[in-house]
Amino acid sequence: MKILVCISHVPDTTSKINFVDNDTQFDTNGVQYIINPNDEFGLTRAMWFKEKDGAVVDVINVGGAETESTLRKALAIGADAAIRIDTAALEASQVAKEIATVIAAGGYDLIIAGRESIDYNGGMVPGMIAALMDASYVNNCVGLEISDGKATAIREIDGGKETVSTQLPLVIGAQKGLVEESDLKIPNMRGIMMARKKPLTVQPASAVSPLATTSTYEKPAPKGEVKLVDADKVDDLIDLLHKEAKVI
Amino acid sequence: MSVLVYAETDQGKLKKSAFEVASYGKAVADMMGTSLSAVTFNAETAEELGTYGVAKAMNISTTAAFDAKVYASGIEAAAEAVGATVIVVSSSADARYLTPLVAMGMAAGYVTNVVAAPEGLSPFTVKRSAFTNKAFTHTEITAEKKIIGVSNNAFGLIEQPTDCAVEDFSPALAAPAVTVEQVDKATDKVTIADAEIVVSGGRGLKGPENWHMIEDLADTLGAATACSKPVSDMGWRPHSEHVGQTGKPVASNLYIAIGVSGAIQHLAGINSSKVKVVINNDPEAPFFKAADYGIVGDAFEVVPQLIEKLKAFKAQG
Ligand SMILES: Cc1cc2nc3c(=O)[nH]c(=O)nc-3n(C[C@H](O)[C@H](O)[C@H](O)COP(=O)(O)OP(=O)(O)OC[C@H]3O[C@@H](n4cnc5c(N)ncnc54)[C@H](O)[C@@H]3O)c2cc1C
Repeated sequence: MKILVCISHVPDTTSKINFVDNDTQFDTNGVQYIINPNDEFGLTRAMWFKEKDGAVVDVINVGGAETESTLRKALAIGADAAIRIDTAALEASQVAKEIATVIAAGGYDLIIAGRESIDYNGGMVPGMIAALMDASYVNNCVGLEISDGKATAIREIDGGKETVSTQLPLVIGAQKGLVEESDLKIPNMRGIMMARKKPLTVQPASAVSPLATTSTYEKPAPKGEVKLVDADKVDDLIDLLHKEAKVI
Repeated sequence: MSVLVYAETDQGKLKKSAFEVASYGKAVADMMGTSLSAVTFNAETAEELGTYGVAKAMNISTTAAFDAKVYASGIEAAAEAVGATVIVVSSSADARYLTPLVAMGMAAGYVTNVVAAPEGLSPFTVKRSAFTNKAFTHTEITAEKKIIGVSNNAFGLIEQPTDCAVEDFSPALAAPAVTVEQVDKATDKVTIADAEIVVSGGRGLKGPENWHMIEDLADTLGAATACSKPVSDMGWRPHSEHVGQTGKPVASNLYIAIGVSGAIQHLAGINSSKVKVVINNDPEAPFFKAADYGIVGDAFEVVPQLIEKLKAFKAQG
């Protein structure tokens, strides 16, 4: 089995979000980058298939050279090879089309992308890849087993879970629950050393034009002070929620 | 040129989000000077969409379970039938699942998490939340066909009564891509996605045996229950209740956090809730900086009192 895991290079969850150049650019100053958490859950499941069934696992990112440290981390966790499509990731459909080109050439059985990235929160790359490949597709995936070319996947739905069976090739939108938190791997020294020798191929982009473009950013208005209510006067809280906030 | 909304149903009934996307669609249709249509699947009372400005509802009857590919093909066919150039969808798990397929099928530009009516038609720019509610972007949809995913509860319901003509629509639908083997869904509980009020518990509650307080408070308010990440990691509560940056987003009208410290990753996911209440015994807990109302106190003393007083308040009507 050949697996491709899509890796988004995103600011660490504790990053301060600021913008520069008249709010047209994200301020990368002092920002640490990580593998998008949803992608990491997916990568960890891919490692499980590698250990259990000898699957070959490639990782891919659409982005500039600055994302290579994140791809190297995925290699240190255990992926076999990395591909970087050398162009700025502007919008979901552009990213999905670039990745679909690699999939068409690579003959992958399973494509794993995070349900959404924690920076742009678009949540559409896995579905768009599935549409472009006409592959099976399960989003919000919290369970995946594969045997004899058939997949059983669990999708989290609003208020519960749905178990589905389907054929390969399959695209999943990975998220927490697909693996246990404790299964996430921190790269060890040996992994980091090995990662240096693994192939990281840079491919030119196929010049897809985006269908949407972001011009400016804005930060939410600062919040007012909290109104404190005395612990033995919960009636006051009920009153405020009823009369002032009008939410109960 | 017209506007189409995908109005979702649950067991034949229109969901609240269906009325919200209709309200949004009506605002766009008015800006464009065109009419508003809706597509529904197995809706029993599609005419109710008229209250929010829908002039025509096309209802597709299917016997099969929800399937993203099947539903996407139905929505595409409806868009073609009415010549829609703008499609409006909700942010439900199902809408987010199927809409990327529609977007690729129609070569449409799709933007999710949209929080307000378009800022203009030319350029067609929308405001959306990004960086897990830590910022907004102003994004132009440059493709000729446009799909807008509206953030839950961001636009609200706006009544604009219109006569709604309901018709049966039977396009050729795609074959299902997956076979549904089993569905486990609690039908008697409000989901975090649909809830007006969410009651959330953190590690401060000490253990799963104390969750009856959270459930009791939620039942009193007709709310959904949620939890912080460590609470689900330790198995005190199911993963599906984990909210925050790496869990579910919450965009309810009221969010009550009990024994939750308010870590940046937690706040990121719940920040688009309108009104936030925190109950925590540590006055230095960061949640107090993000909340609208707060009580500094021991949850084990405050929450039972709150439940009792709320029951009395509800009883008065
Ligand atoms: C990559 C990453 C992603 C993350 N994503 C998420 C996420 O999506 N969601 C999330 O929630 N977290 C997330 N976290 C974890 C986050 O950083 C915090 O660790 C977590 O939110 C803390 O949970 P908590 O508030 O329940 O527990 P704690 O931080 O331990 O807080 C417990 C609170 O309870 C209070 N308390 C104790 N006893 C009482 C009492 N008797 N009465 C009242 N109050 C009491 C304490 O004062 C304290 O403030 C993430 C972390 C990382 C690194």
